[in-house]
Amino acid sequence: MIFENIYEIIAFILNSAGILQYMQSYSDALGISIAPKLIIILIETALLLVGVALMVMALTWMERKVLAHAQARLGPMITWYHGLLQPVIDGVKLLSKEDLMPKRADRWIYFIAPMIAFVPALLVFIPIPFGRDGAIISDLPMGILYVMAVSAISPIGILIGGWASDNKYSLLGALRAVAQDISYEIPMVLTVIGIVLITGSLSLQDIVLFQDKIWFVFLQPLGFIIFLVAAVAEMARIPFDLHESESEFVAGFFTEYSGMKFAFFFLAEYAHLFSIAAIMTTLYFGGWHGPMIPMIPPIITSIGWFTLKVLVIIFFTMWLRATVPRVRVDQILDIGWKVMIPLALFNVFITGLLVAGGVL
Amino acid sequence: MARTEEYQLNVGPVHPSTHGVLRFVLTMDGETIKDTEMVLGQLHRGIEKIAESRSYLQFIPYTDRLDYISGMTNNYGFTKAVEDLAGITVPKKAEYLRVFVMELNRIVNHLVCIGSLLLDLGAATMIIYGFRERHKVLDLFESLCGARMTFNYIRPGGVRGDIPEGFIDNAKEFLRDMPKRIGDYAQLINDNEIVHMRMKGVGMLSPEDAINYGVTGPMLRGSGVSYDIRKDDPYSVYEELDFKACTRPECDTYARYIVRMDEMYESLYIAEQALDKIEHLSGSVNTHFPRIFTPPEGEVYSRIEAPKGELGFYIASDGGTRPYRVKIRSPPFCSLQALPQMVEGLKIPDLVAAFGIVDIALGDVDR
Repeated sequence: MIFENIYEIIAFILNSAGILQYMQSYSDALGISIAPKLIIILIETALLLVGVALMVMALTWMERKVLAHAQARLGPMITWYHGLLQPVIDGVKLLSKEDLMPKRADRWIYFIAPMIAFVPALLVFIPIPFGRDGAIISDLPMGILYVMAVSAISPIGILIGGWASDNKYSLLGALRAVAQDISYEIPMVLTVIGIVLITGSLSLQDIVLFQDKIWFVFLQPLGFIIFLVAAVAEMARIPFDLHESESEFVAGFFTEYSGMKFAFFFLAEYAHLFSIAAIMTTLYFGGWHGPMIPMIPPIITSIGWFTLKVLVIIFFTMWLRATVPRVRVDQILDIGWKVMIPLALFNVFITGLLVAGGVL
Repeated sequence: MARTEEYQLNVGPVHPSTHGVLRFVLTMDGETIKDTEMVLGQLHRGIEKIAESRSYLQFIPYTDRLDYISGMTNNYGFTKAVEDLAGITVPKKAEYLRVFVMELNRIVNHLVCIGSLLLDLGAATMIIYGFRERHKVLDLFESLCGARMTFNYIRPGGVRGDIPEGFIDNAKEFLRDMPKRIGDYAQLINDNEIVHMRMKGVGMLSPEDAINYGVTGPMLRGSGVSYDIRKDDPYSVYEELDFKACTRPECDTYARYIVRMDEMYESLYIAEQALDKIEHLSGSVNTHFPRIFTPPEGEVYSRIEAPKGELGFYIASDGGTRPYRVKIRSPPFCSLQALPQMVEGLKIPDLVAAFGIVDIALGDVDR
C-alpha cells in the first residue's frame, strides 16, 4: 500500500479494524457525514501534539544531560534511570505553580501571548515529511513558503507578551528578540530560494525526493552555512539567545510569566528548536533518506533516520551552547544585515547562474 | 514625529549578574547607557565597627567574611597590620606557608572571576571548570585548617597549625596538574572570536583615570601600569621569590582578563617555590602570641596585594586589648568607582562584561 499522508494511514487502519464503516453509517444516519473525517483530523492533531510534546520533553532532558557532561557534571540523576523522568517532574512543578499576573499587565494580551507563540510552533510541522510512504500530515504544494510564513508569527507572541507584562526588562527583551527574529528570517528565506531554484518545487516532499542521490548540503555549501547561522538565531540559542539574555534582562520577554503560561513559552521554544532542526534536515540533509534496513517497514526506518538527523543537529546547538558566549545585540544585528543578507543574495545569484547555465 | 526620551532602568539588587546585592540605577537612551548610579550598602554589616569591640585575635574570623572568595589574603592583611603595629617577627616556615596559601587563594579568586565573567557573557561552562579546580584548592585548605571558606588560618605570630601528613604530596600533584588545566581554559576562551567581540575595546579605562580613581590590582595592570605591591612595596618573603608583575597595555576588558590568566601561572610558580621551601624548612610555624594582647599605642597602615587589588588595613590602637579604630581599604570598592566612566555610552551587555571583570565581592565592597 502506498499512502499519501497520515490521514490516509489512519483511515486505512480504522478501515481495516472495521471502525470506519461503522462510524460512517452512524453519522450518515444522523445527517453529519463529515464527522468521520473530522474525527480522523482530530486524531491527527492529537498525534502531532503528543509527538511534539514528547519530543520537547526528550529535548529538555537531552539539553540538561549534554550540558552537564560538557561541564564535567552528571545532570539530573535522581528521577529514575539517569533522570529520565525529570521533564515529567518539571511539568508537574510548573502545573502546580501559582499563575501570577502583574497588577498593571494588559490582561488579555498577557493571557493570549503564550498561545500565539506556541501554536505556530506546532503548525510548522504540517508539511514536513517525517518519513517515506506518507509519514507527512499534508504535502502542501507551497510547503516551504508555508513553513516560513507560519514560523514568522511567533515573534508577534513574543512582542505582545513583552509589552503586556508592563516590565522594562520584558519590553527590552521582547524588542531585542523581535529585532533578531526579523533580521535572521530574511537570510533564511533567501537561502531557501537557492534550493527552490534547483528543485523547481516549493513542496518539502519534492525537495526531499530530489536529494536521494546527493544532499543539498553539498550542492549549497554557502547556503547551508548561512542557513545554519540563521537557524541558530531563529532557535534563539547561544550565541544568539537575545530572547532570554538572562545575565542582562533576567529572562527577557517572559520575565513576568510563571506557571503554565511560562510552560507554554518554554514548550514553544523547544518546539521551535525541533521544528527548525527538522526543516534543516529536510532542506540540507536529505530528510528521511538513509540506508533502509530489511525486515523493518521502510516508513519506520525513514522516520528513524529523520529523527537521528534532527537530534544530531540539536546536539550541535547544545554543544555550541556549552562552548561559546553570547553575542551583543548590536553585533547580532550587524552580522544579520551586513554579512548574512549580502552573502545570501550572493548565494542566490550564483545558484541562479548555475541553474540557468544548466550545471545544476 | 517620534518622540524619544531617556528612562531609568533599575538593575538589581536581585539580578543574575550583579554578583550579589549590588544595585545599579541606569539612565538609558534605548539600549545605550547614559549614566550609571550605584547603590551600595545592601550587604553592610558594620565590620569596621565590630572590630572596635573585639580583641585583635577575635577579629580575624571577621576578615574571612570580607572578600569571602579569598579569605586567606584577608587574614594576612589584618595579621600583617597587627604584626607591624606590635613588631612581631614570624618564623620563616610560617611566612612561606602564608605565601603558599595566599597564592593558591589568588588562583581560586581569578578562576571564580573569569568563570563568573564568562557566565555573564553567556558561556556557562567555564565557571564549573573553575569551581572544579577551586575545590581541589579548598581540599588542600581544608586539610590545613579544617575550613573551606572561612579559614581563620593566618594569625599574628605565624599560622594556626603546621602542615598535615600528605599535604606536600597533594599540593605537588595540584601544582603539577594545574598549568595544563589553565592551558585548556585559555584554549577555550582566549582565541574565541565571540569573546574578542565581547571583551575587546569594552570598558576602556586609561592609566591616568585608573590611578586617579584608586583602581589597583589586575584592573590597573590591565591598563598598562606595572604596580604590584608584592614588587613595589615587598612584604613577607616576596623579595626572596622569583616572579614578575603581569601587565597589558590595552586598557580594556580583554587585557584585564589576560592579566588574570597570566597571574595564575605566576601564582603557581610562586607557590612552587614556596612549597619547596616549606618542604625543607623545619621548626615551629608560630611564635607565642599572648592571650591578652596589648599592642603599643599608635597607628599603622599596612597594605598587601590581594587578588582583587590593594587591600589595606588601618589600625589605630590606644594600647588596649581592642583596636580603637579599624579602617579597611577594600580593593573592589575603589575599582567599582571607575565603572560609571568605563561603561558610559556602551550597551547593557557591555556593562555586564565590564562589571564582571572588575571582580567584586559584595562582602568586601559593603563591609
